[in-house]
Amino acid sequence: MIADLATSARRSAGRQYPRTRTIAALVVAGFRRYTTYRQATAASIFTNTVFGYLRCYVLLAAAAGSGLAVTAGYTPQQLATYCWASQGLIGVVMIWGWTDLGDRIRSGDIVADLLRPVHPVTSYLAIDLGRAGHASLTRFVVPMVVGAISFDLHTPQRFATYPLFALSALLGVVVCFGCRYLVNAAGFWLLDVRGVNLVWLFGSSLLAGLAFPLHFLSEWPWLVTGLWVLTPFPSILQAPLDVLVERGSVGQLLGVVAGQAAWAGVMLGICWYVQRRADRKLVIQGG
Amino acid sequence: MSALVIDVRGLRKEFTITRKAGRLRRTRHTVAAVDGIDLRVGRGELLGYLGPNGAGKSTTLKMLTGVLMPTSGEVRVCGLVPVAQRRRLAARIGVVFGQRSQLWWDLPLRDSFELARHIWRVPAADHATRLARFRRELDLDDFLDTPVRQLSLGQRMRSELTIALLHGPEVVFLDEPTIGLDVVSKQAVRAFLTELRDRGDTTIVLTTHDLADIERLCRRLVVIDRGRVVHDGTLGALHERYGSRRRVLVELDEQLSAPIELPGVVQESSSANGRLITFSLDGSTTAGELVGRLASVAQLRDISVQEPAIEDVIARLYASSTTPPHPRRSRP
Ligand SMILES: Nc1ncnc2c1ncn2[C@@H]1O[C@H](COP(=O)(O)OP(=O)(O)OP(=O)(O)O)[C@@H](O)[C@H]1O
Ligand SMILES: [Mg+2]
Repeated sequence: MIADLATSARRSAGRQYPRTRTIAALVVAGFRRYTTYRQATAASIFTNTVFGYLRCYVLLAAAAGSGLAVTAGYTPQQLATYCWASQGLIGVVMIWGWTDLGDRIRSGDIVADLLRPVHPVTSYLAIDLGRAGHASLTRFVVPMVVGAISFDLHTPQRFATYPLFALSALLGVVVCFGCRYLVNAAGFWLLDVRGVNLVWLFGSSLLAGLAFPLHFLSEWPWLVTGLWVLTPFPSILQAPLDVLVERGSVGQLLGVVAGQAAWAGVMLGICWYVQRRADRKLVIQGG
Repeated sequence: MSALVIDVRGLRKEFTITRKAGRLRRTRHTVAAVDGIDLRVGRGELLGYLGPNGAGKSTTLKMLTGVLMPTSGEVRVCGLVPVAQRRRLAARIGVVFGQRSQLWWDLPLRDSFELARHIWRVPAADHATRLARFRRELDLDDFLDTPVRQLSLGQRMRSELTIALLHGPEVVFLDEPTIGLDVVSKQAVRAFLTELRDRGDTTIVLTTHDLADIERLCRRLVVIDRGRVVHDGTLGALHERYGSRRRVLVELDEQLSAPIELPGVVQESSSANGRLITFSLDGSTTAGELVGRLASVAQLRDISVQEPAIEDVIARLYASSTTPPHPRRSRP
């Protein structure tokens, strides 16, 4: 057809343009966007730091009071590191308060996302990685520094821990993003996603390793194994925290990170599938 | 020969509406928002897609752009099936839905344009040329560094048009792009669209309730009502169909000695002792012919010609089918 011939000339320009640049630009945009939320960032840093003190004192006191049985093999330094790093990672993986997609589905603005030549999962993920980058320079760094000043933290014994932690935290972001995307995407089918949100809040707070280290449950090994294998939650926080406080040999921790990578793949796959289903039955709200 | 850019056959969209009927019972009605539309649009056409509120215009555009799955019917835009090939289609079309924004709320406007370049993968040189042109034609320079959320409605709409066109789309869908704009902004947008139309390589589908938009921009009008096409043709054809007439007002030095008799010319009224006369013309005689005849029998002081009011003809068209959409099937 004539139309196709004429347009193939226009299209060939697009083909030379590397897709990775598109993704990089979206990552940068996500970062830039969060630099405009200075007050919100400052407020969450403050809250996370205050709660860092609270949690750390409680955890250390509990460990000291009950002896080794409850501490599940953590040294006080490891516990303090666990505490402060998790306070910092909350903002990086962004367990709570991400409603970007859900809001846009409800308002109908999702149309604008669907009218771009980039898969919505890809573009939301890229933007989220930019956001996470911003959070690691702000919401992660500040609590870690405060924690290091006020407490005796665990210093990694192996150099490999640093890059492995970075990788593990990145995978934690991806897994968490996948969960958040799915929770938000429920809005394609349900007008009210509060129920789904509640399940997510419950799961993420208790089972991700935020409320307490999952190793505290080591008396029920089947439960711990089940959590790691059957749910994505430990991959979000417990995994990077284990890497950081060096619970286990390098080999074991590599296994943990590999498990995270598997979960990241599974979650993104589900997101892709769900988005495809949503496309077919999509009803955009509003004229 | 102009290639078909939009090819729609028997397009339908049904919505299921659930209503509460009593304490536990709910009734489900199926309403056809779009009810069997056929539409063919060639390259470079500017199509005015009109209809009263709730006629199904936005619903049609959603299906043409691939964000809404049709209930039945065939749709091809640029040879692609919109929902199934949405992302490929998105690379080749530009869309402005009046109420939705393609811009990044928190970032300066400039950043949205830069991002659009990466998202639509536009070579830097093409991007720069187009952006320079749009900045000039739509007067964007004053607010390029303003965060989008601080833009006024008119500024935002001009920006939306820009971002929809920065990748040089083959087809542009505009759903009420002039809604809520002041006179100056409307004129800027209209002039911009006229220019785009006259370049001839972009197909434009425009939805609007603004009659001046229709008059200035659209050569072809498709009017729909309750999901069906009720008119497809020029504005002239619409006037013809509804018997719209041009009027010629003349002021003479003295009364006419004998009435003017020309085909299709009717003397509608006269006043001031027959010195002010209004004629209405159905098109068989031109205004020039009428004035020529008048000049030969009387002394003309003043003449004015009134084009038929588009309001009237559109209102007549909309009013000629007034029943609200009826439920098709009911299930308990
Ligand atoms: N998501 C939906 N669920 C149920 N009915 C819908 C939905 N979207 C649209 N409709 C109905 O479909 C019909 C057509 O709506 P549409 O938005 O296409 O009208 P429109 O021609 O764009 O009107 P307007 O000029 O007011 O923008 C309306 O009767 C509307 O109530
Ligand atoms: Mg509409």
